Amino acid sequence: MTALARPQPRILPGFSLSMGITLLFLCLIVLLPLSGLLWQLGQLGPGDYLRVMSSERVLAALRVTITAAAAATAINGVFGLILAWVLTRYRFPGRGLMDALVDLPFALPTAVAGIALVALYDRSGWVGQLLEPLGIQIAYTWWGIVIAMAFTSIPFAVRAIQPAIEELDRDEEQAALTLGATGRQMFFRVLLRPLLPSILTGIGLSFVRSLGEFGAVIFIAGNMPYETEIASLLILIRLDEFDYPAAAAVAGTLLALSLVLLVAINVMQNRLQSYLRSEG
Amino acid sequence: MAKPILIALALMFLAAMVLLPVVAIFDRAFAEGAGAYLAAIRDPETLAAIRLTIIAAMIVVPVNIVFGVAAAWLVARYRFWGRRALLILIELPFAMSPIVAGLCFLLIYGAYGPVGAALEPYGIQLMFNLIGIVLVSLFVTCPFVMREILPVLQVTGEAEEKAALTLGANGWQMFRHVVLPNISWGLAYGTVLTMARAMGEFGAVSVVSGAIRGRTMTLPLQIELLYNDYNATGAFAAATVLTLLALVTLVLRSVLNRFGPNREAHA
Repeated sequence: MTALARPQPRILPGFSLSMGITLLFLCLIVLLPLSGLLWQLGQLGPGDYLRVMSSERVLAALRVTITAAAAATAINGVFGLILAWVLTRYRFPGRGLMDALVDLPFALPTAVAGIALVALYDRSGWVGQLLEPLGIQIAYTWWGIVIAMAFTSIPFAVRAIQPAIEELDRDEEQAALTLGATGRQMFFRVLLRPLLPSILTGIGLSFVRSLGEFGAVIFIAGNMPYETEIASLLILIRLDEFDYPAAAAVAGTLLALSLVLLVAINVMQNRLQSYLRSEG
Repeated sequence: MAKPILIALALMFLAAMVLLPVVAIFDRAFAEGAGAYLAAIRDPETLAAIRLTIIAAMIVVPVNIVFGVAAAWLVARYRFWGRRALLILIELPFAMSPIVAGLCFLLIYGAYGPVGAALEPYGIQLMFNLIGIVLVSLFVTCPFVMREILPVLQVTGEAEEKAALTLGANGWQMFRHVVLPNISWGLAYGTVLTMARAMGEFGAVSVVSGAIRGRTMTLPLQIELLYNDYNATGAFAAATVLTLLALVTLVLRSVLNRFGPNREAHA
């Protein structure tokens, strides 16, 4: 019996083969390029890094990117929740089509999305035409950037919230209704609380995605320095000028921001879930 | 009740935000008639871009399948030190700006990067050509196949595989006759996703392609070029090709969700 009780050797074959392939691929395709960025940043030094990052244009680009991403995320938070709710709870004709449409921004190449949004929102476009008499311009303004970011990141919000709605305890809702809860009480106390971790995850992912969005944004943004120039575009402009250190400084900042947010989302989700569970 | 209001809101949002832009692509592509559309598609530069895009995807997809199957098998079937770090690393490309990704490749494999500079004396150039396009496409599509297979492997468990081994199958036979049939749907969908993304990637490819007309222009880059040349019909006609590809992936997804086996793994 002692022979059987010992930790089993790996029975299934293929460990070293699959480990070898995986590590080779990850080293060449993911780790080595990342170290390239770190290497360039290391050569830069903290003084030069601060000089690049404190320039007016870089700060303006970061401000435009972050504020537009925040606005797009706010839109996606509201409509992502509505879409996830409608798709999970209601059965109606056209639901399947609606479900597929949610994934379209994910499947559509970003450059295609970019020119499609311009075609819709510029002065001759179907929506742009309607808004122009009202004095509202979306294409080539900050709002254009918001629309493009909201477009590409809406699937992330919806798909993060959906599973949580599926897991909601319907008995609690029934109980709340029986006990005379108003619609508002129902929404805030019974529904929103257990959904909060996944809503925060959804809008967090949507925000990270918006920060890095490039293809969909540059066509509709207008790309005026200081006003409608996003950080990714500024990296590309510095690259075209062969100013690799400046490009690396902005890129490193953008990457660090995304990574910190991703880790924060992960930690927050775990903490909130265990907190909600402990409260019962 | 709130139901009709919420459905109406959801429909309006999706129609305005998602459906209308796609309809607008076809509207603009056919604005000058079907003849102009066909002529735009048959433009030699656009055809060259389509050809390059397909060639690049034909290299990226098989490599990604081999990596995706290997990585999914590794993560699903074995416990080892660094397993979670490996998963995070595979998911990382999802979170990165495509421009930052392209820049990373340029900084290491470009002429001024350590690897690129080391290879230059041998006449090997990795950036601003097909190799560069393939490398960054592999990066941006890295998690796709693995993500689709991993949940299927986790749901099916290893009982069947161990049974096959007990009955005398060798590793390759077990893979072909037991593992492959189980993961075939996930593998198919992951392959389609990888193909669509590889053909549609714009930001990362635009950093490393060099954008030489008729030579290193992929289809998304060609769309940008035509658009900036004020050739609207040409740009939107080229865009319809990629849009159709996106629609095919969506149809396959719904088919897989509705009829495919292991639906719980994909839900």
